Amino acid sequence: MAKAKDFKLPETQDGNVLYNLDPIISKYHWEVDYIHSYAQDSPFFAGLAEKKLLGSKCKECGYTFATPRSHCMVCGAETDWYQLPDEGRVHTFTVCHFGGEAFLDETPFTLVLVEFDGADTLFLSRVVGIDGEDVSVGMPVKAQYRRNSKFEPTDVYFIPVQE
Amino acid sequence: MAGVSSEARPVYLIAGGVTKFAKAHPDMDFRYMCKKAFDYAMEDVPDLTTDMIDGSSVSYFSDHFTRQLMAGIMVHDYLGLCPKPSRRIEGGGATGGLNIQNAFQEVASGRMDCCLSVGFETMSHVNTWKGNEFIALASDTNFDFPVGGFYSGYYAMMVQRHIHEFGTTVEQMAHVSIKNHANARYNRYAQFPGDLTVEDVRNAEMVATPLTMLDICTMSDGAACLIVASEEVAQKVCDNPIKIAGIGTGTDAMRMSDRPHGDVILLDHESAEDYKDLDYPGVHSFRGGRVASKQAYEAAGIGDPREDLDFVELHDAYTSSEIQTYEDMGLCKYGEGGPYAASGKACVPGVDYSVDFPEEPTVPVNPSGGLLACGHPVGASGIMQGVFAFWQLQGSIKKHLKDAKLQLADPKRGAIHSHAGTGTYIAVSILERP
Repeated sequence: MAKAKDFKLPETQDGNVLYNLDPIISKYHWEVDYIHSYAQDSPFFAGLAEKKLLGSKCKECGYTFATPRSHCMVCGAETDWYQLPDEGRVHTFTVCHFGGEAFLDETPFTLVLVEFDGADTLFLSRVVGIDGEDVSVGMPVKAQYRRNSKFEPTDVYFIPVQE
Repeated sequence: MAGVSSEARPVYLIAGGVTKFAKAHPDMDFRYMCKKAFDYAMEDVPDLTTDMIDGSSVSYFSDHFTRQLMAGIMVHDYLGLCPKPSRRIEGGGATGGLNIQNAFQEVASGRMDCCLSVGFETMSHVNTWKGNEFIALASDTNFDFPVGGFYSGYYAMMVQRHIHEFGTTVEQMAHVSIKNHANARYNRYAQFPGDLTVEDVRNAEMVATPLTMLDICTMSDGAACLIVASEEVAQKVCDNPIKIAGIGTGTDAMRMSDRPHGDVILLDHESAEDYKDLDYPGVHSFRGGRVASKQAYEAAGIGDPREDLDFVELHDAYTSSEIQTYEDMGLCKYGEGGPYAASGKACVPGVDYSVDFPEEPTVPVNPSGGLLACGHPVGASGIMQGVFAFWQLQGSIKKHLKDAKLQLADPKRGAIHSHAGTGTYIAVSILERP
């Protein structure tokens, strides 16, 4: 039996990046895998794979959501899925030259809120195929879908309607 | 649902403290920053001892930035307040304002005679763009964030619609930045004092059209606190306590896309005729800000805020949101926020500005320099604005800022406004000299 004083923790080659000593500032890496369920919103994402843009409509009061929700914001009743038209109009927009880190390499990109005839609320998306500076409020736009769905809201995006 | 006044059991602010906000504070962790703000406040009321404080309300916005869960209790513990009651308050950008209201409720309800309201944020632990991503997680992560949504983008879309509806201009927005940075030259707590021109603001790097870097506040590290007390405690330890005359809180849907297009919620001095062609709030206005203001005004007995308020400290995370908030708070009508910003009505008397503001100040807005010039450590910001408003009403600006320039002449009543999300939680509180 070895004596207690002979036990040692193993010395390893890993460690943190040291920035400063007083105070001690170091950098370490932090990454996670995260299991996310779209839960009641799942049919929307399944719809994009079928090239359908699904909003929802209240079974009781008829309020129509361009961004779906399973229960009505106005009266609390359950909603039905509701297929939106492929064409809408730009309600507002911005050209993003920066963004969250995950999207920095996609800049500049143009965000739009799209309004649809028959829907009471709007839908956030991107518009492509036009210089962001040429986008305007009221401009007609048309939904396009990725061929290979990623089951993300960017499976749908908008392009200007050709006059 | 009404706002809450403190008529039944009056509630007072008796002391406040702020750490100077900085891009990073590596020499102090969140506990030490809060301790520093707390010690400053305690020194201002030497007759108040820690044993007279019945508990605390601690706020910070983001567990992601802190990477320390239950950091609230760690502040409470560090300040030597265990085993007294404490809770954490969180509500995005409105965290600080909601925290003050929670402390108010602790005292108004009779549960406590003296409650510490303290808040912090430590945002320097990640780079700015990761920080933007963390903050963007405070938007719908199914539909908005994954599209590339982030807060400057959301506010850019909101003001783009404001421009469309009302003809607001980017030059008018720049006037907000000019005013707030200029005010900050006399505030030793402000990070970004400056003498800007419209060209400076417009030529700054574009973030999301039409918002440039100088239209947007800066992520920071910092802490701030207010000590909230009953009349009895206030009279015992403080020469010039300031009453919290009323509070109001409003909300709206997380997703901008869900905002209704209905009728304007009217303040007492407005009429439906003013807005017969306006779909409200849409994405151009903050319904929650209007509701919070209406409740707080009613609770504090304010009929017309243009007459009854002497100044406002409001949540200017963006130049555009200051303009939108003038309207929500009834300082001008919906649609008039742009011209109001350029008029000079929101300026501080006696401060020189690099642009010509044609009209005399009426209700100075953000005399401290606001978030644009002080920075925005989220959980501290609303409390910081509460501290500056408290000092303003005490007439103690010179004592605390070591400069009297920003001291308004004999202010009796001010409003503080704290705002989260795209107008998702909004807290308005009215402070009044008794």
